[in-house]
Amino acid sequence: MDASSSANDAAKWRSGTLLSGEDELASRKGGWRYTAPAKPAAPAPTVHVAVAADTPATGEGTAMAPVGAQEADAAEKDAVPLPPAVIEASALDLTFQTNDGPVHALKDVSLTIRKGDFVSFIGPSGCGKTTFLRSVAALEQPTGGTLTVNGMTPDEARRARAYGYVFQAAGLYPWRTIARNIQLPLEIMGYSRAERRTRTEDVLKLVELDGFANKYPWQLSGGMQQRASIARALAFDADILLMDEPFGALDEIVRDHLNEQLLKLWDRTGKTIGFVTHSIPEAVYLSTHIVVMSPRPGRITDVIESPLPRERPLDIRDTPEFLALAHRVREGLRAGHAYDD
Amino acid sequence: MRSILPVLTVLAIIVAIWQLAVAPMNIRTALDMAERGGAVVEPEGGRARLEVSSWRLMIDNPEHVAAGYSLDRPRLPTPAQVGEELWKGTGKMIERGRAWSKRSLIYHGWITLQSTLWGFALGTTLGLLGAVAIVYSRVVDMSLMPWAIISQTIPIVALAPMIIVLSGQLGIEDRIVPKAIISAYLCYFPVLVGMVKGLRSPGAHQLDLLHTYSATGLQGFLKLRVPASLPYLFTSLKIGIAAALVGTIVGELPTGAISGLGARILIGDQFGTPLAIWAALFAAAILAGVLVTLIDITQRIVLRSMGMQT
Ligand SMILES: Nc1ncnc2c1ncn2[C@@H]1O[C@H](COP(=O)(O)OP(=O)(O)OP(=O)(O)O)[C@@H](O)[C@H]1O
Ligand SMILES: [Mg+2]
Repeated sequence: MDASSSANDAAKWRSGTLLSGEDELASRKGGWRYTAPAKPAAPAPTVHVAVAADTPATGEGTAMAPVGAQEADAAEKDAVPLPPAVIEASALDLTFQTNDGPVHALKDVSLTIRKGDFVSFIGPSGCGKTTFLRSVAALEQPTGGTLTVNGMTPDEARRARAYGYVFQAAGLYPWRTIARNIQLPLEIMGYSRAERRTRTEDVLKLVELDGFANKYPWQLSGGMQQRASIARALAFDADILLMDEPFGALDEIVRDHLNEQLLKLWDRTGKTIGFVTHSIPEAVYLSTHIVVMSPRPGRITDVIESPLPRERPLDIRDTPEFLALAHRVREGLRAGHAYDD
Repeated sequence: MRSILPVLTVLAIIVAIWQLAVAPMNIRTALDMAERGGAVVEPEGGRARLEVSSWRLMIDNPEHVAAGYSLDRPRLPTPAQVGEELWKGTGKMIERGRAWSKRSLIYHGWITLQSTLWGFALGTTLGLLGAVAIVYSRVVDMSLMPWAIISQTIPIVALAPMIIVLSGQLGIEDRIVPKAIISAYLCYFPVLVGMVKGLRSPGAHQLDLLHTYSATGLQGFLKLRVPASLPYLFTSLKIGIAAALVGTIVGELPTGAISGLGARILIGDQFGTPLAIWAALFAAAILAGVLVTLIDITQRIVLRSMGMQT
């Protein structure tokens, strides 16, 4: 990923995200309005714009943009094009066949994630966050709709090493040192010995674990292990990082620290990140976009674009903007729950 | 080294119980011998004594209890007697330069060890191949596993003579072949079961992780399944080598065998020399202990070099 994209001003990026058949929600969102999907006026149509124009094929799709983005819309006409779409899901369906009958894990999920976005997925347990991320990683096979990653099928994208995946459990091999754990994907992908060594050193520095290269996983704390597993996902320099509750098992202080580090890392590398979490503050602090989901069947109820600046010190969490955003996410989660009752 | 004290304590207790058990076990033989030597014992005649319990005999004839500790053909030899017999068969043989004579336990132990190792190698190989096949093929899992389990329900003492006779009819002269086969038959099973468990031990998310790297099946096998299964492998090998030794000894029991620890046990029985039986039994136990310890040491070295705590 090049440095220029990370230098892009996040405020100028527009969500371009599609939300389907959720009109009831519209009334709940005071400061938000639905707009018709933006027609690609200017600049010259790039791939993503063309896609954005096609997507409301279902007929019920409506694009949503925060009020604050109106000015950005205007500014955009003059200059900055949208970053290209990296992950595009439209009308995605996924049903698991289980012994107790089918489980509708994802229903009509449409979402566009653009290059350099930090997208958090939040929602009650069982709403399909993991399933969506696993579908992107080609670990699950959707039963309906389309899903592309970098314009390819998830399977092709996986073979093209488009993404690194971080699981909730660090899952380091106990018989390998930290350095050799990080080298695992590199060995499998056939990097040379010298290349493996330099890359390992680089990513260890990135997650601030240099000095622990020759330790075994059990000699590290849980937070350090999780950092090592992030380093492992970074080692082969995929543009997309998919993280499923990577800090779920850690205490608040370690979590804060890792969140800060992750933001810095995202800023430095300009990667596109999909991040599942249960924590509203975590989602708000980290993300450029927050996807709120609700269960049975798992679906997207809201996509919130963050007005927060890209530069985010930890104490941004005490600002009114932050609290307002957190409030909105909480409202969105409540709305999703209300569906059940 | 801290573990040596409990081990010695247990050993001392076992030897003490053994030493005490010699008196009641041998009292009848001791009284028979004493009566034959002209002493008066209570009650008279071996027949009459059969009606009386060993404890009663000991109480009524306390002066003859000690004789039970120095019989030529005791029912239960004392620890010292067994130790002496072992020494006669090993250290003394070496001293006299006759380590390879037919009366040396070293010679017989070597014969047993050879076919144990062959059987162990064969059984381990079969167990490993079977485990890999079972883990990678559902069909093999469903078709092979039941037979593997059934194979272990057949008593080996019933099967061993058949294998020996069969291999004789096939014109295999060397006795080591059927013995190694019997060994392997007992040895493959723990290796198979342990390795199936070991190769399957990586969790779903570890397999998923490899999948996200687009790893090939072979890479997954070599980089994940094999190292993950090593602790299971060593545990299986320890059980396996003990089973292989039992298999070889069982293979030496049927008529015809003249060398090997199993044959020594059989001959000791036929010639009424219990000391020889006990010495051979202990030689086998010591051999098993040495083999298991060797595998244990290998396990420690290997797992430690892999950073696993042992
Ligand atoms: N392999 C599977 N087989 C059957 N059902 C599954 C499978 N994986 C997930 N599900 C079901 O799909 C639904 C969504 O699961 P998913 O794991 O995506 O939820 P989640 O949002 O990640 O929840 P959590 O926050 O608890 O991790 C759940 O009802 C779950 O039971
Ligand atoms: Mg989950």
